[in-house]
Amino acid sequence: MAEAMIFDAIRTPRGKGRRDGALYEVGPVQLLAGLMQELERRTHLDTAEINDVLIGCVQPYAEQGGVIAKTAALAARWDWKGAGLQLNRYCGSGLDAVNLAAQKIRSGWDDLVVTGGVESMSRMGIGAAPSVRDHQPRLSFDLKMIPQGVSADLLATLDGRTREDVDRYAFRSQQLAAQARDEGRFDESLVPVRDLNGMVLLASDEAIRYDATLEGLAKLKPSFAEMGEFGGFDVIAQSKYPKLEQIRHVHTAGNSSGIVDGAALMLIGSEAKGRQLGLKPRARVIATAALGVEPTIMLTGPAPVTQIALGKAGLNFDDIDLFEVNEAFASVVLRFLDDTNVPIEKVNVNGGAIALGHPLGATGCMLVGTLLDELERRKLKRGVATLCAADGMGVATVIERI
Amino acid sequence: MEHLKTAIDYAKDARGIVTLTIDMPGQATNTMNEVFREAYRAVVERIEAERNDITGIILTSGKPTFFAGGDLKSLLSADDAAALFARAEATKVPMRRLEKLGKPVVAAINGTALGGGFELALACHARFAVNDAALQLGLPEASLGLIPGAGGIVRLVRLLGLEAAVPLIVDGTVFGPERALQLKLLTGLALDKEQLIEKARQWILENVTSEQPWDRKDFRIPGSTSNAAAPLAWLRTAPMLLMKKHRQRYPAAEAAMSAAIEGAAVDFDTASRIESRYLANVAVGGVAKNMIRTFFFQMNEIKSRKSRPDGIPAAKFGRVGILGAGLMGRGIAQVCAQRGIPVVLKDVSAEQAGKAKSQIESNLAKQVAKSGLSAERMQTALALITPSAEASDLAGSELLIEAVFEDRKLKAEVTRGSEPYLSTGGIFASNTSTLPITGLAQASARPENFVGLHFFSPVDRMPLVEVIKGARTSLDTLARAYDFVQQVGKIPIVVNDSRGFFTSRVFGTFTREGGAMLAEGVDPAEIENAAVWVGMPVGPLAVMDETSLSLAWSVRLQTIADLRAEGRSAPEHPHWAVIDKMVNVLKRPGRAGGGGFYDYPEGGKKRLWPGLKEHFPPSAKRIPPQDLGDRFLFIQAIEAVRCIEEKVVESPRDANIGAVLGIGYPRWTGGPLQYIDMIGARKFVQRASDLAGNYGDRFVPPALLMQVAESNGPFCA
Repeated sequence: MAEAMIFDAIRTPRGKGRRDGALYEVGPVQLLAGLMQELERRTHLDTAEINDVLIGCVQPYAEQGGVIAKTAALAARWDWKGAGLQLNRYCGSGLDAVNLAAQKIRSGWDDLVVTGGVESMSRMGIGAAPSVRDHQPRLSFDLKMIPQGVSADLLATLDGRTREDVDRYAFRSQQLAAQARDEGRFDESLVPVRDLNGMVLLASDEAIRYDATLEGLAKLKPSFAEMGEFGGFDVIAQSKYPKLEQIRHVHTAGNSSGIVDGAALMLIGSEAKGRQLGLKPRARVIATAALGVEPTIMLTGPAPVTQIALGKAGLNFDDIDLFEVNEAFASVVLRFLDDTNVPIEKVNVNGGAIALGHPLGATGCMLVGTLLDELERRKLKRGVATLCAADGMGVATVIERI
Repeated sequence: MEHLKTAIDYAKDARGIVTLTIDMPGQATNTMNEVFREAYRAVVERIEAERNDITGIILTSGKPTFFAGGDLKSLLSADDAAALFARAEATKVPMRRLEKLGKPVVAAINGTALGGGFELALACHARFAVNDAALQLGLPEASLGLIPGAGGIVRLVRLLGLEAAVPLIVDGTVFGPERALQLKLLTGLALDKEQLIEKARQWILENVTSEQPWDRKDFRIPGSTSNAAAPLAWLRTAPMLLMKKHRQRYPAAEAAMSAAIEGAAVDFDTASRIESRYLANVAVGGVAKNMIRTFFFQMNEIKSRKSRPDGIPAAKFGRVGILGAGLMGRGIAQVCAQRGIPVVLKDVSAEQAGKAKSQIESNLAKQVAKSGLSAERMQTALALITPSAEASDLAGSELLIEAVFEDRKLKAEVTRGSEPYLSTGGIFASNTSTLPITGLAQASARPENFVGLHFFSPVDRMPLVEVIKGARTSLDTLARAYDFVQQVGKIPIVVNDSRGFFTSRVFGTFTREGGAMLAEGVDPAEIENAAVWVGMPVGPLAVMDETSLSLAWSVRLQTIADLRAEGRSAPEHPHWAVIDKMVNVLKRPGRAGGGGFYDYPEGGKKRLWPGLKEHFPPSAKRIPPQDLGDRFLFIQAIEAVRCIEEKVVESPRDANIGAVLGIGYPRWTGGPLQYIDMIGARKFVQRASDLAGNYGDRFVPPALLMQVAESNGPFCA
């Protein structure tokens, strides 16, 4: 059985997901194509050897429509012999792309796959396009879904988190991200985004708040209080969790994942193919998993899905040196820590999406790349990347450094 | 030769205008039944055949009203969704054909057009109505657990857009001609029927061909955007707010919204089919049956005075005196004045009485600002209220209503002091909510003219009044009290004298059940949520705080004393230990006393008192959530049965309407006794016995219920 080897992982810096963000003018296809050209260059890749390109993208409409994986590959002038696939498991997409790539290699039916994700949130905001529920309210009546921000506040309320708890976690993310950036821990994998003339548009993550303080975080308005209280979502949450008198709205823009633009790529293939192409494997993917959890609380997937993935690899939490648990909201990571008893020193050691931002379709792949860089830097062995996803899902990947 | 009167008269004039006059034989109102369907189909066929000689069509009614709506009797017995779907579709065919014929069709609305009647009018190209304040228009199906199924949803959405149309349908809003004109649902108004027909004729002559907006090529639903039928912000919030309001207990509301939104994404005829499917689906459901039975049939029986004694001429009151200008007294004075009855509002001092009138004034001012009461009508009403401190000002009153504190001595004094001013044959009523009428009547010189009139707070908004017969109240007095309630626009139920009458007695079981749950260690938030999610307006703990725990405790002590004096003991209930502890140990007497089950922070929302966890520790035992909701509904239903057994109320309709309008028993049940019928008496008895086994003997089904279960009959015929 072929093992799934990770040969390289690169990413763009994350630009602010607004019109004044540095990457707003680039657009998602260019963001991805530029990165693809860099991947080709630095791995001396003969793109005719690529079997498939798997790209996570959560809002596949308009500028991100069609199969953006194939569009970008063609735009990057890669050999058209490789196929392309766009996939969507909401926030988990980038990690699912990695998992699917690994599974393809292990099956033996593919030898070399490029995987990753892209999201240009400055161009395609969350919820910009109509969804299924908009045309069929019966789905809302039956499924009782609530927006993820309200789920996060529901989770915080059930777990007894105070505003201080979540702000403190957010502050940690900012500090560690700033430190990591200053120490150049991202430099190996970070590929500056350039314009067609080669001028640099963005070289490092611009969402990190160096000026973050606990006092400043405390002043921010809760983002989901109005929709929860006046939009009826709190009451819907109570229908599933009737022991709650009310939802405590503790999440703000400061302790939730940032809205950003970004793309990431990873090169995964069989050992044999790597030898043939002169690629040196950095790590192997040793387990993948996905699962569903109760949809209203939505965000509790990371712990149980990691458990499943570890089980498949015959490991337990103690065997893992570093964890990347996506910081969708502070309460998500705090719940993971409670559920697993993993010491916080092993988790999100270079900050996370609260500071760096969460370019929806790309984040999962970015987490694995960041994880791998840090395992190499610290000369540690095993890491886990995991994310929660909307509709109540979770994804996890276990890697082992070579 | 037998002259058969047809349901729809067809008359063509010299200019080729066909006037269709709907006047269904043997019916007081026109309804969408089989006779109508057949007649309409035939008439449309004829119009199609004679189209070359026809200029246009006027649709009007030969009855005082235009058209009443669906055939509720047959809907009540309908249990086959497929058959209902076919029927709905068949009804729509001639309407659609006439609409697409290319000839102008004008509705000349000479009287009230509700439900199916309004839908017939919406299918016309123009609509005129007589500008009569009593003329009602709208689609009220949702208030009976149904939805419009004759194209009303499809057309209203295409006329007004989703944002404007959906609330009118989901809330079952009824409005008058002026409002309809404002909403652009009418083309114009007419002074009388003659002018109505003339305007209709005129419109036809000015609009030689006609096409509905939605049959034009470039039609877009008003308010639609490039990628959705309504702004996404509305599409995403409207369903949530509906769920919050109705707690998913009203299938019709959800069906109406679904039909409207799903239909807006497709073409007219597909949308029409979707509407029919949703109608069929809700009509065969239990909630629709409940609501039709109670809010149409039983409510009509009450309005047509089935519970009022026969043979006594109708009374009309020309002058009323109110004793006690507190919250209830001034509320009653306000409703009298708003109905044109001169009223004297008496209190202990001119200052008190004057203040009360000012409070009525600001109350009315709010109505002017918010609900369309005209400033003129407000002044007219105020002019009819005379504040006073002199009993002599009451002279000439045909009805005196005593609304002072719940104190026997005080009430007796007030009664004796004011009765002399009652006009000959006048009646005296007490607004007491707890003290038996027979006892209070002892202070009266004419106990046969003494009756209870129990209003609910806030008086201007609560429609119910309990009319309470004392042991010596005459039938004449009862009948006239009933008439008074109807004269002020309220709904009367007749109750025989007893402790707590009907509503307070039944409601007490609800609040006590909440107390019992707390004693069992159920999470207080879960108690409140369970009550609200089953459809009660407020949780029992919040209600008890509002109505004062210390008051409840002193009433309890009084009850124990009263019963002991009769040689009886007061019934036990686990709730009383909770109240005792709250009031006497924890010193938390309720909202007015600074806090009860809840804390009431200054300028903030109420919060459950954190101390509850310590003093009523959570139980390890897990109570199924279904049990909590069932307990609230079952215990009140069982008490309602006891009230029938003991003849506190004599008919199920009074129990159902009384519970829904007086104490917020959920509308979707149709009332406590209708709820038993929805479940089935046998199943209800079985479930009640389960609950008795787990939670207490108070759930043991009463004998009358066992009898009904045995005979497998419905409670409400």
